[in-house]
Amino acid sequence: MSVDKAIEVLKSNIDASAASYLDACVHCGQCAQACHFYENTGDVRYTPAYKMDLMRRVYKRHKAPLSGIKRAIGLVPDELTMDDLKEWEDLLYDSCTLCGRCTIVCPMGIDIAGMVRKSREGLVAAGVVPEDLISAAKRAIEFGSPLKITPDVLRKVCAKQEEEIGIPIPIDQEGADYLVILSAMEVLQFYEVIGAIAKIFRQAGVSWTISTDGYEATNIGIQMGDKDIARTLVGRIVGAAEKLKVKYVISPECGHAYSALKWEGPNLMGRAYDFEIIHMLELLDQLQAEGRIKLKGKDDRRLTFHDPCQIVRRGGVVEEPRRLMNMVSSNFVEMDNHGTANICCGGGGGVSSNSRAETLRLKAFASKKKQLDAVQPDALVTACANCRNVLEEAIDDYEMDMPVLGLTELVAEYLDET
Amino acid sequence: MTFLEIVEGPLWTLASSVFLIGAAWRIFGIIRLGRKKDISIPRASALLGAIKGQFLHFVPHGGFSFRTRYHLIAGYMFHLGLFGLLIYAAPHVLFLKENVVGFEWVALPRWGFILTAEIAFTGLILLWIRRISDPVMIQLSDADDHIGSWLTFLTMLTGCMALQESHDSLRAVHMLFVDIWLIYMPFSRLMHSVTFMFSRGYTGAFFGRRGVVP
Repeated sequence: MSVDKAIEVLKSNIDASAASYLDACVHCGQCAQACHFYENTGDVRYTPAYKMDLMRRVYKRHKAPLSGIKRAIGLVPDELTMDDLKEWEDLLYDSCTLCGRCTIVCPMGIDIAGMVRKSREGLVAAGVVPEDLISAAKRAIEFGSPLKITPDVLRKVCAKQEEEIGIPIPIDQEGADYLVILSAMEVLQFYEVIGAIAKIFRQAGVSWTISTDGYEATNIGIQMGDKDIARTLVGRIVGAAEKLKVKYVISPECGHAYSALKWEGPNLMGRAYDFEIIHMLELLDQLQAEGRIKLKGKDDRRLTFHDPCQIVRRGGVVEEPRRLMNMVSSNFVEMDNHGTANICCGGGGGVSSNSRAETLRLKAFASKKKQLDAVQPDALVTACANCRNVLEEAIDDYEMDMPVLGLTELVAEYLDET
Repeated sequence: MTFLEIVEGPLWTLASSVFLIGAAWRIFGIIRLGRKKDISIPRASALLGAIKGQFLHFVPHGGFSFRTRYHLIAGYMFHLGLFGLLIYAAPHVLFLKENVVGFEWVALPRWGFILTAEIAFTGLILLWIRRISDPVMIQLSDADDHIGSWLTFLTMLTGCMALQESHDSLRAVHMLFVDIWLIYMPFSRLMHSVTFMFSRGYTGAFFGRRGVVP
């Protein structure tokens, strides 16, 4: 582990898009106001464009066109040092959730979150990563899950859900159409979602299974910027899906899981899958459109929807949750700047797994709180277990009174089971 | 050879050559880095996303307040004013006809020039004041940002001084700044005038295939 390795990784991560971003940024600082970490602390170091500085320095020194002429006359930035990497560690890991909201305000359209992700890969190469993320990655590799959800634990949770709802939960069933994977947070804290899925799929006549070989959707490798770990974790799901010969893998209510599996996975694996990836919200929307889900009644509380960044702004699943919300709610209200401009929960991108960032994360939640205060909902609905957990903690910390619900569970609650 | 003949002759040739070759090299330098082929299954068209991205970021979206409004107004004042002067100032029309394109077009009347110049100067000064007073911009800005701003300011200022064409030396000073500006541009962040299209395009294409352009 050395700074040289970090520099090499950063250099190799500078492709045409990264170069155009670094050349186009005019340091206008408009991205600052899109960042909940800057907005709630006033710390200029949290300005998103500033977080690209490691990449900028490497680019200007080593890869930028005409950098040779500038280097010859001493007009390039200094070489990165280990101190620089350590200084940027908290900027890249603690104060960025990779939510990508800064892109929408950037006049150059720079994908700053993507650049932060590439910068994290440099820090991984130098071993400058928050201890909690390293530990989570070790658990994911060793036990199959960053929260130590082993196959045995999964079986027990599924068995308990089977008992509660009286519907069998198929495990390791070869030839099923759909493979359901779950995030560790769902299995540990929001396990009712498994029963909800079983109920919905029974009514819709969906053939599905859970695999004990590849069940963990959380991809800590994607969050920390470690491609090898990310590839290993995606590979487990791909292996399980191919072993069971499923046609689809359902990405669950987890933001980064969708990005990891649907968008980054094939590139990490270096090949297309033999199956398709569909998000749970897309599937529910499709089942509803096909008339395979029948609902009875609606929730009459004032409900609003928190858009998980990686599913909506960076994932493209924008309208599906809204159609589902209107299906189950008679009083669905949108927050200002909902959808692709929504404000992050504060805990994505590995920030919620990084305990030293907790105080900052809770401060950053103030932006979300403003959004919520403006619509005064009775309950908040979301479609990401990590968002849900982070929101619950922050709502509690801010002494707000507002339950946070999962959208799949809400749909299951209003199924017409007569 | 007079000073004016130098800045409009050999120095102009040198400056415009450095500008053209340097800018082309910068653009080629970005493109040659390439991008790995994305093999995930697209939900929508990357090309349409790239096109949408070009237009989407002309106006910020997402409900932002003071910082964006300030930059939006000052930025458009400066850039539209600058392009107005560059293309429609009567001396520029004549110069470009004689030295570059070989034909002329309708130029701004004198009052139009003055109004356009005032708009451009106001925008540029507002942007620069922001650069030296806003803590975020102070943190981000480097020497290149300031040199680019000042060089553009001085080029515009000397251009206004030369408007009357009352003295050859004023025209020569303006041309000197034009030449310096042209030589500086390919080495600097002033290239954002071209690279913004790549930046918006790459992001638009990346997300376009995901079915959303943020």
